[in-house]
Amino acid sequence: MQTFRFELGELPPEAEALRTEVRAFLRQELGDTPPVLRAHSWGGFDREFSKKMGARGWIAMTWPKRYGGHERSALERYVVLEEMLAAGAPVSAHWIADRQSGPLLLRFGTESQRQQFLPSIARGELSFAIGMSEPDSGSDLASLRTRAERVGGGYKVNGTKVWTSNAHLADYMIATLRTSYDPAKKHEGLTQFLVDTKLPGITMSPIIDLAGSHHFNMVVFEDVFVPEEMRVGEEGAGWKQVTTELAFERSGPERYLSSFALILELIREVGKNPSERAAATVGRLVAHLATLRQMSLSVALMLQAGENPNLEAAVVKDVGTTFEQEVPEIVHALLGLEPTIDTGSDLQQVLGFLMQRAPSFSLRGGTREILRGIIARGLGLR
Amino acid sequence: MNELRTILGDVVTRLFTERVTKDLLESAETGAWPDALWQAVEENGLTWPLVPESKGGAGGTWGDAFVVARAAGRHVVPLPIVETIVGSWLLAASGLDVPSGALTLAPVHREERLRLSRAGNAWRLSGAAARVPWGRAAGHVVVVAEADGRTMVALAARGAVEVKADQNLAREPRDTLLFEQTPVVAAAAAGGGVPPQATLLYGALARSAQMAGGLDYLLRQASQYATERRQFGKPIGSFQVIQQNLAVLAGHTAAAGTAAAHAFGAADRGDAAFEIAAAKVRVGEAAGIAASIAHQVHGAIGFTYEHALQFTTRRLWSWRAEFGSESDWAVDLGRSVAERGADALWPHLTSR
Repeated sequence: MQTFRFELGELPPEAEALRTEVRAFLRQELGDTPPVLRAHSWGGFDREFSKKMGARGWIAMTWPKRYGGHERSALERYVVLEEMLAAGAPVSAHWIADRQSGPLLLRFGTESQRQQFLPSIARGELSFAIGMSEPDSGSDLASLRTRAERVGGGYKVNGTKVWTSNAHLADYMIATLRTSYDPAKKHEGLTQFLVDTKLPGITMSPIIDLAGSHHFNMVVFEDVFVPEEMRVGEEGAGWKQVTTELAFERSGPERYLSSFALILELIREVGKNPSERAAATVGRLVAHLATLRQMSLSVALMLQAGENPNLEAAVVKDVGTTFEQEVPEIVHALLGLEPTIDTGSDLQQVLGFLMQRAPSFSLRGGTREILRGIIARGLGLR
Repeated sequence: MNELRTILGDVVTRLFTERVTKDLLESAETGAWPDALWQAVEENGLTWPLVPESKGGAGGTWGDAFVVARAAGRHVVPLPIVETIVGSWLLAASGLDVPSGALTLAPVHREERLRLSRAGNAWRLSGAAARVPWGRAAGHVVVVAEADGRTMVALAARGAVEVKADQNLAREPRDTLLFEQTPVVAAAAAGGGVPPQATLLYGALARSAQMAGGLDYLLRQASQYATERRQFGKPIGSFQVIQQNLAVLAGHTAAAGTAAAHAFGAADRGDAAFEIAAAKVRVGEAAGIAASIAHQVHGAIGFTYEHALQFTTRRLWSWRAEFGSESDWAVDLGRSVAERGADALWPHLTSR
């Protein structure tokens, strides 16, 4: 059995100095944004906000300067991130590219791809979506079927991607496509591509979520021509790249702060002199929150030290999403308030929004069951 | 983790692995004091990590104490090691000499108050302290009491105190100590950094570390068992439902270790009341869930006295209630958070 290590440490002074700067910026930018909008957390999409972030140098913080990055530490990036999430800033327009598409290109992209895309991402001008899931491929990612067939000068793509968040708003999609098929080796034959979302032959239609919102899309490819130079990495290297990309997704503060806006409204509601029951509820939530922050920070410190805390990251995501998912239930149990859409108090609206959003917390970026399978492998059970 | 701490970890692990046997644990449950083990623990300098070197201690940190306390929990050592660690710190921090031998702490309940009063040049102690860990076995009891509105730390010899024996679920002594104008060995104003409820607070800190250690054991033991026990022709750990449950256990174990480590780190920085409360809440909750999963994975054999699992689970069920349960500490924590207000929560969390 592999042992888990969550060594604790402190953020360096330059990261803490940056925190003050970020808070001042957020106070100015977000002003009196209502709590229910802040509750969208990393779901909010606002290109103007992303450009301001880029201008401040808060996107692509760790990337090399020659690609528009700022060569700052992963811990400084962590501080910016957690401040954005705690404040409920609309980071979605640059977030996916900053978190995974950009790092993917840095690692596996060609020099000209890096030159072409990374500086615009860093300026907050280029938004990315992730094209992984398909109608018949959710957790079983190796069963992807959308084909990219070699044709002169590139590839012809046919098939369908689903649950593609913000594809209707994004400029590009990193699509994981099938370039060859051997039923005995389904993990092989996957290849990643940079796909311009405006290419001829791409049709997008909204998939409306249970609350009536549009962020998911179905993206249909019909004989879409993708030039050779938009392939990321070698043909057939897609599986390895995708698993690396998914590892960028885990353990960040976005995995335990999704319900933070509701905790704040709860504290406002119970007031300065809460009942014993209300105090116990708030105290328990804060104990979990404080612990999760240290766990998440511990993984960030390990990453900064050049370690490979994949297992610890999976643990943080599982514990973190379980926590953020239970917050609406706990608030309901304590207060029994009716959740609302756009009437009632801020607390009711935030509760209404998160009650309906919470089921996704343990689905996105790898379901709870998949994560626990990864943890079980670390325990030596599979 | 620094090198000295790694060495310390190796020393305690080796000592406890060799010496804390099933026979020793069973014997301790009948009331026998494992004196040879205690001597070995003292000789290895494990009981005074926070006593300055000039006074014969290790001159170390709470971070060092965490290594010892967590290992003591992992190996269910039936001795008041953590009580002695906290007691020796309280004495040394208040400028008092630390006697050799086992120490315990009083009071251990938040509503109990002990009173010190002057008798000429000496001090006398009055009041009752219920369920004091190892009360009958410890040579001395370290008391935090009030005198004329001041917080004092006092040292009383067991011989001077009336003891009513009781025990917790793991049959560790939890005795009522009755002080009736009892002369103390020494007393002094509490040193800087020793709050009025220091025995409760730092006792809770110590139990958090022990419980985190207990969870380390449960995770390792249950994972091991799941790979060995075969049913339906294969190891039970190959079934997804068992894997998922053990992954949940792993998450709580990781959270418990983190919460406890963070609280010990805060104790080294100074005011640790927030982190200690958070740790006792988080670790206590984890302990209940972890015990439940570990038993479920072990099936009927884990429910027997014969199997060693119970030495840990019975302790967890008691330890989470000792020095304030998670509900007590959650109320404290919740009140402090509410008092500061919603807008102060994030700045507070990130400043700790």
